[in-house]
Amino acid sequence: MADTILRTDHLSKSFGGLVAASNVSLDFERGQVHAVIGPNGAGKTTLINLLSGDLQPDDGSILFNGKHITHLPPDRISQLGIGRSYQKTNIFNEFSCYENCWVAAQSRLKTSMRFFRPASRLKTVRERAEKALELCGLSRRCDTRAAAMSYGEQRQLEIGMMLATEPELLLLDEPLAGMGSEESRRVIELLRRLAENHTLILIEHDMDAVFAIAEKLTVMVNGRVLETGTVEQIRNSRAVQDVYLGEEEADG
Amino acid sequence: MAVTTRSLTLPAALLILVLFPLFGSSFYVGLLTRILILAIFAMSLDLLIGYTGLVSFGHAAFFGIGGYALAIAFQDATTIHLWQALPLSLAAALAALVVGWISIRTSGIYFIMITLAFGQMFFYYFFESPRYGGDDGIFLFFKPVLMIGTESILNLENENTFYYFALGCLVTGYLLLAMILRAPFGKVITAIKANEHRVRALGYSINRYKLVSFVIAGTLAGLAGFLEGAHSGYVNPSYMSWHSSGIAIAIAIVVLGGMGTLYGPIVGAFIVVLLQDFLPSLTEHWQLLFGGIVISVALFLPRGATSLLPRILSRRQTTRPDSPPPEDGPREPADG
Repeated sequence: MADTILRTDHLSKSFGGLVAASNVSLDFERGQVHAVIGPNGAGKTTLINLLSGDLQPDDGSILFNGKHITHLPPDRISQLGIGRSYQKTNIFNEFSCYENCWVAAQSRLKTSMRFFRPASRLKTVRERAEKALELCGLSRRCDTRAAAMSYGEQRQLEIGMMLATEPELLLLDEPLAGMGSEESRRVIELLRRLAENHTLILIEHDMDAVFAIAEKLTVMVNGRVLETGTVEQIRNSRAVQDVYLGEEEADG
Repeated sequence: MAVTTRSLTLPAALLILVLFPLFGSSFYVGLLTRILILAIFAMSLDLLIGYTGLVSFGHAAFFGIGGYALAIAFQDATTIHLWQALPLSLAAALAALVVGWISIRTSGIYFIMITLAFGQMFFYYFFESPRYGGDDGIFLFFKPVLMIGTESILNLENENTFYYFALGCLVTGYLLLAMILRAPFGKVITAIKANEHRVRALGYSINRYKLVSFVIAGTLAGLAGFLEGAHSGYVNPSYMSWHSSGIAIAIAIVVLGGMGTLYGPIVGAFIVVLLQDFLPSLTEHWQLLFGGIVISVALFLPRGATSLLPRILSRRQTTRPDSPPPEDGPREPADG
């Protein structure tokens, strides 16, 4: 059997009358890039929020490396090795690029309840922050205030901060959203490199990117899993074609 | 450049403060002592508002508890031993732990309201307790002394000695806060102020950090209240009230001086006390003027009065190419 890193079992979440996730049972394999696609409002971001602890499920359970992480708060989930990036850029605007990654890297200390020595003397944290900056391609922007960077760079920083926490499993919520083609290419390259030694769960609208890096796809519609399979299986799936074609007709 | 400005200004200011009693009359030494004590209190509030992003309206309670702890324990004593009295300001730490543990669970407007409610609770408790003097408060007829055997080493009865003791407390508090702000703990709380949600997602259990910050600030406020009680010889519920001398003034100090800096509240304490002494001689409606000044600073100098100093200095020297132009300064027309 394949090695499952994360499993969701009948995960459900609704907001009032709106069912955002309903009976989502998925297996994510270690070392794979697993993309979750689907039309707007399909519940993809809700799923990520449930996995990262930002939202609590109404029902169902989540197992990470065989352990229950259902109902754990986001900080505990992060400490277990699940990192996430946000669809809407979520960084420290007034901090420099380096300071953003520093805060992220420092979270891997046993505790930050340390009051005496200056933080800047912590070599391990510095190295981790610098490595994350290099990976996300922002080494040159170290001292730039995050708010002063371009949108694409902020998106890169978003990923860099996640990397600085050295996660085993990465939850990426539309990492390419709003990026130019040059920036997109760079980030896709980065994701491909990360895929070599991480597990990625990826939400993305850019289908070219998804088909380029994902090994497995899950299609969600109206909070439900429509189909899960390899890229080929999904491409040829009648049900998936119906959903996407149907949507296009409605839009047109 | 900003670093050299600050590294010169602070020692110079400290030197002036150290030398002041040699020249100033005892009235002004007493006034300055009051300012130093208020500065400690404002600095502790700034740790919450300016660094952690916790707008606490109940902070004056810890100031009051520091004062009451001293007054209750020693109201009938003829000698107040400093080594016995000083640890009493830890009562404020304990109160901050309890109040913080509950309040920290809320955020935004709810945090403001719950801390205000706690502050009012303490205020009315002391206001209506006949045991502790009710609204009259408690008088202390002696000031703390530090003695070894029968030899008095530090007698706060002497106005100058008290002044230096308060200055020592302020400098120690400043250095301690500067230290923890540079340490990993400080990085976390400033990040919490900037974006609490993200800090949590990065794996920090933010409530713990907020609570520790709340307790540190409460302890320091307790020390300030202890000093105020010892200095004035009088502790009453107005220490804890949210309008007259408590939290509203402290917030005004932090806003006037500049929040998010440690020296801002110190400068702010000078401005506020001097304004309070000077304005009433102009008009009996001086509080209107005072309020107007606070509002104008909040509007036009959001980083407080201390933000003016680097600006003035940098205008005199050559401006760094990467430093942004002063917001209200003359601007070059943009190219194109």
